[in-house]
Amino acid sequence: MASHDPHSGRLAGLFASPDTSSFSEFLGGYSPELLPGGRSLPRAVTAGDEIPHGTTIVAVTFAGGVVMAGDRRATSGNVIAQRDIEKVFRADEFSAIAIAGTAGLGIEMVRLFQVELEHYEKREGRTLSVEGKANRLATMVRGNLGLAMQGLAVVPLFAGYDEARDVGRIFSYDPAGGRYEEREFHAIGSGSVFARGSLKKLYRPELSAEDAALVCVQALYDAADDDSATGGPDLTRGIFPVVAAVTSEGYRRFGEDDVGALARSVVEARHESPGGPSAPLR
Amino acid sequence: MSMPFYVSPEQQMKDKADYARKGIARGRSVVVLQYADGILFVADNPSRALHKISEIYDRIAFAAVGKYNEFENLRLGGVRYADVNGYQYDRRDVTARGLANVYAQSLGTIFTETNKPYEVELVVAEVGEDADTDQIYRLTFDGSVADEHGYVAMGGQAEAVAQSLKDAYREGAALPDALRTAVRALEAQDADRRLVAASLEVAVLDRHREHRLFRRLPAARIEELLAQSAS
Repeated sequence: MASHDPHSGRLAGLFASPDTSSFSEFLGGYSPELLPGGRSLPRAVTAGDEIPHGTTIVAVTFAGGVVMAGDRRATSGNVIAQRDIEKVFRADEFSAIAIAGTAGLGIEMVRLFQVELEHYEKREGRTLSVEGKANRLATMVRGNLGLAMQGLAVVPLFAGYDEARDVGRIFSYDPAGGRYEEREFHAIGSGSVFARGSLKKLYRPELSAEDAALVCVQALYDAADDDSATGGPDLTRGIFPVVAAVTSEGYRRFGEDDVGALARSVVEARHESPGGPSAPLR
Repeated sequence: MSMPFYVSPEQQMKDKADYARKGIARGRSVVVLQYADGILFVADNPSRALHKISEIYDRIAFAAVGKYNEFENLRLGGVRYADVNGYQYDRRDVTARGLANVYAQSLGTIFTETNKPYEVELVVAEVGEDADTDQIYRLTFDGSVADEHGYVAMGGQAEAVAQSLKDAYREGAALPDALRTAVRALEAQDADRRLVAASLEVAVLDRHREHRLFRRLPAARIEELLAQSAS
């Protein structure tokens, strides 16, 4: 790496221009091929569904925070590409990110987003606001628009703890980089239609973090029930959804044992009532 | 044709080195020392905004004395170096040794090729699994690197501070005692110097934390630790 430009006497490369605190912006100038949007693509070819796709993600707010959960399946067409993929990640101390769509690109976007937040924090000595983080992510999703139009869309779901208001907030995205704040709960991915119906019936404002986690597991069960691309709790292999909460205490992933117990209780109850808990009619 | 004044390379380098040393000697000191749980950084720095001690990566921190704009530029470059490498390879592949090399190259080139050398001195430290695998590199304005063990003093009255550390430093000390040793050493800058929590910048690389091991200690915590070690 050249660290110095002998002609002007100025530092080049990594040490030049202290102007931007955005990691992705810097990387775009320094080494553009490392950015998802910086690659050249074959023209007018659409990727088939043989590339693994991630499926259902749900998020539910509760007093003082938000819980996010994702199933563990990735599919390539009708084949299960991976049964224990992780799609929910810690973005930084006070936020979580999850992805649906093309798994490889999604995980790359998550990695870039994580570095983006940490990079800003280290350079500026402060963390971005929740909106700031959500907007930054919107830019990254938009950068992927060309790929999305060729069939490689990535759609994230972002959940953060808002310190100023002491609430959890959820942001959803469309492949063109549209950013929408969601109230109370949201679901994305192929099973999201079924998950959202389930969330609608099970959500209530007075949920605790543990109850919100249970709501998420129930919703994922309903998604897996009707969507072949979403994986249900795998009791034989002990593979359960990834569940994480973000509160004033920071990001916390629920332990494997806790989620296992929740998932088992949900499966157990479905033996009695396959449709899950029923909402009162009046 | 008129002849320009001839200045021998030896003289040129000596002048630059004197210039840089004078600049550094005007500032206040910083000490870095190993303690039981990791590496402790203490700066005589009342500013809450202009830091002399900073996080670079998961296990790596940076401390500097001298001209703020110059070492800040190096710090920002270091953060970029670390994040670019961690993103391209893996977080484990970012090392203090690699970073110290990049700094040494930059400082060395600036020293030989520009008229004005950087008036800075740096420490790049990486906390290991145990005290034996901790790494502390000290870099000077001309790009020389030294591998240090135990403690480092830099800045204004570095010799007096280092002498105090040499007398009082104990391997494997607990945090309150290590902090007390560091503060006493910084007080050795002047005969009548007294440092309170508000005039100190303190941070640790604590090997028992998770993920990002760097942590700044707030004034209240510094006060508490100093009170513990006094009793």
